[in-house]
Amino acid sequence: MTDMLAFKPVLLWSDALFFALLAVCAGGLWWARRQDHLRQAWLRVAASRSGMASAAVLAAFVLVALLDSLHYRPRLPDAKADAGQRAAYAVEVLSVLDLALRPLKANTEKTYSAPLATHLFAKETLEGGRDFPRLRHGGVHLRDDLARHESDVVGTALRGAALGLAAWCVFLLAAAGLRRRHPAVAWDAILAALLGLCLLAGPAAALAQGYHVLGTDKVGQDVLYLSLKSIRTGILIGTLTTLIMLPAAVLLGILAGYVGGWVDDLIQYLYTTLNSIPGVLLIAAAVLMMQVVIDTHPDWFATSAERADARLLALCAILGVTSWTGLCRLLRGETLKLREMEYVQAAQAFGVSRLAIMLRHILPNVMHIVLIAIVMDFSGLVLAEAVLSYVGIGVDPSTVSFGTMINTARMELAREPMVWWSLAAAFCFMFVLVLAANVFADVVRDAFDPRGSR
Amino acid sequence: MLAYILRRLLYAIPILVGVNLITFALFFVVNTPDDMARMQLGVKRVTPEAIEKWKAERGYDKPLVWNGAAEGLGKATETIFFKKSVRMFAFDFGRADDGRDIAREIATRMGPSLAVALPTFVLGLFATVSFALLLVYFRATYLDFAGVVLCVAMMSISGLFYIIGGQWLVSKIWHLVPISGYAPGLDAAKFVILPVIVSIVAGIGSSARWYRTIFLEESGRDYVRTARAKGLSERAVLFGHVLRNALIPILTGVVVVIPTLFMGSLLIEAFFGIPGLGSYTIDAINAQDFAVVRAMVFIGSCLYIVGLLLTDISYTWVDPRVRLG
Repeated sequence: MTDMLAFKPVLLWSDALFFALLAVCAGGLWWARRQDHLRQAWLRVAASRSGMASAAVLAAFVLVALLDSLHYRPRLPDAKADAGQRAAYAVEVLSVLDLALRPLKANTEKTYSAPLATHLFAKETLEGGRDFPRLRHGGVHLRDDLARHESDVVGTALRGAALGLAAWCVFLLAAAGLRRRHPAVAWDAILAALLGLCLLAGPAAALAQGYHVLGTDKVGQDVLYLSLKSIRTGILIGTLTTLIMLPAAVLLGILAGYVGGWVDDLIQYLYTTLNSIPGVLLIAAAVLMMQVVIDTHPDWFATSAERADARLLALCAILGVTSWTGLCRLLRGETLKLREMEYVQAAQAFGVSRLAIMLRHILPNVMHIVLIAIVMDFSGLVLAEAVLSYVGIGVDPSTVSFGTMINTARMELAREPMVWWSLAAAFCFMFVLVLAANVFADVVRDAFDPRGSR
Repeated sequence: MLAYILRRLLYAIPILVGVNLITFALFFVVNTPDDMARMQLGVKRVTPEAIEKWKAERGYDKPLVWNGAAEGLGKATETIFFKKSVRMFAFDFGRADDGRDIAREIATRMGPSLAVALPTFVLGLFATVSFALLLVYFRATYLDFAGVVLCVAMMSISGLFYIIGGQWLVSKIWHLVPISGYAPGLDAAKFVILPVIVSIVAGIGSSARWYRTIFLEESGRDYVRTARAKGLSERAVLFGHVLRNALIPILTGVVVVIPTLFMGSLLIEAFFGIPGLGSYTIDAINAQDFAVVRAMVFIGSCLYIVGLLLTDISYTWVDPRVRLG
């Protein structure tokens, strides 16, 4: 607590890639503003109610992931650390999200406790016989006045909701200002989505001061904290995988379609071969091998966070290897069509080099397919992560993700009474994220697909 | 036709060789057998003798691709590459870590896998196509809109949720069927019914929406308008014209998975305790039994290639215009 400001920033590889991705997105949007046809397409997205509502929800998720990607190592409170000595930093890598949610992270219980509970889930032998012991942190402020529990919960939730509404009013004012400048954007949908988020986040934040809003898991960690931490893993897998596979898919797809001949044969052979290996098995084989590599080279990684990060990135790369073939085939087909277009033929007749034709005339005209593929793949990848982690070939067990949450919680449904809150929290967060992504992907596809088919 | 099939089968050989090379590179070049041995025996405190013994037991003690110490042809055959990778073409997969013959294990586990996968496939296809046709029948109404919303919501739910939720609701609360397990013969029915229903429900959202798109695209064509103008009933138009012509895009996605049904579903089998190939693979992954994973990769690729061939053949069957030559 002494000096939280004294920290050492840590840039994990996945953080760097995630920031790069956000920068590319921002740059792409800025560039699209100047291109008339792209501007029209994005305006169609902005005018769509479902598109804007889902975009607002997605933005909230991305914000959480972004906060969770700003990593640092706090300085150890070391009495001997004089000015001349090098300061010692904790081995544990924290993020800004951890800092914001410090009470949630620090207030661990002994084991399971139900949402908003004041007592542990399991009986223990106490002085007065076997009973449910009080939680160390949940509902401590009530002291022995347990009759107040319900009214306190309701009261705090209402206060939180009022705070959430107040925060929403800020958005309302901001939107009112922006609406005058951009009347085409579906502001009411954004505001409705934000209202929902504020009304959920407000009470949750207020209640989290005194309770475990979504309960605690087997080792007593707060489930709300774990769910929020899982968002980063899900979003990283959904986006970085596409980012990693994109260069190969675009390059090979256009090359195969435009150059043709033996290049086409070779690239087709490559993707048919990769495609013919069942995806899960290829991932399993690659992850097993990667585990061996990581385990036999412990000296590569300074902290366990770096090791988990390497494994996350490797998983993205492997998922990328198995999923680039579809996009590559689409791009090849589209390039084959574009190659016969008059403007490409004209460019050829003018003696423009093949490389320039591919870069200047083909690439911009297949970008809508790339964009659609990126947004369409995202939700599938988030879902795949949960399944893979469950099978044991996903992220590092120390990485918090929806898959690891589900995996640790699933046996507990058999308990009597059952422990449902970890599973429910993981599924709900994942559902909202994937649903928003699916809806947004549909809107983007409708806006960009020139065929306009649904 | 026969010439076409033969040519396609010949074309499959380089693909299988490629698959084989990829698995070989993954399993033996990225990591040496020494690494694998150390991983299996525990990274720390492992003696070189133990590693040598582990390798000898599994036949990993030979050179990778070229054995200079052997005589004549043995230079090429007395190697890991020949013994472990080339032999796969003869469907000789060697033994698993528990000493059992992999090929035999695969043969006995195919039955349970099919018992779940086949009904899932047939009933699932029927349910999805019917649902999609229903949506198309009510197109541009609130019913259609609600159906699409339902589809999007259903495809946003994790498959794990359907499995865990189904087991919890049907087996634990309603006590209708056992939670997991399997019995041979007709007794299998009570074990198979829940996994089948769960997998159908889990898959219906995305496929029904996709089929609906295809049907809608097809029902906007001129010949459909002509059929309606002739005075055909909407049902006759949908089944006789739209469904038949929409079969081609549907077949592309569907026929290719028929052979891979043998592989079973990893998740479903693991959750429901079906002793099929899927759970075999999962067990092998968890036990890090590389020989089994390698065998399953090879079989999976073979089946996928058969699926591609079947897809092409099925085109000639639904679309008389397509001639293979």
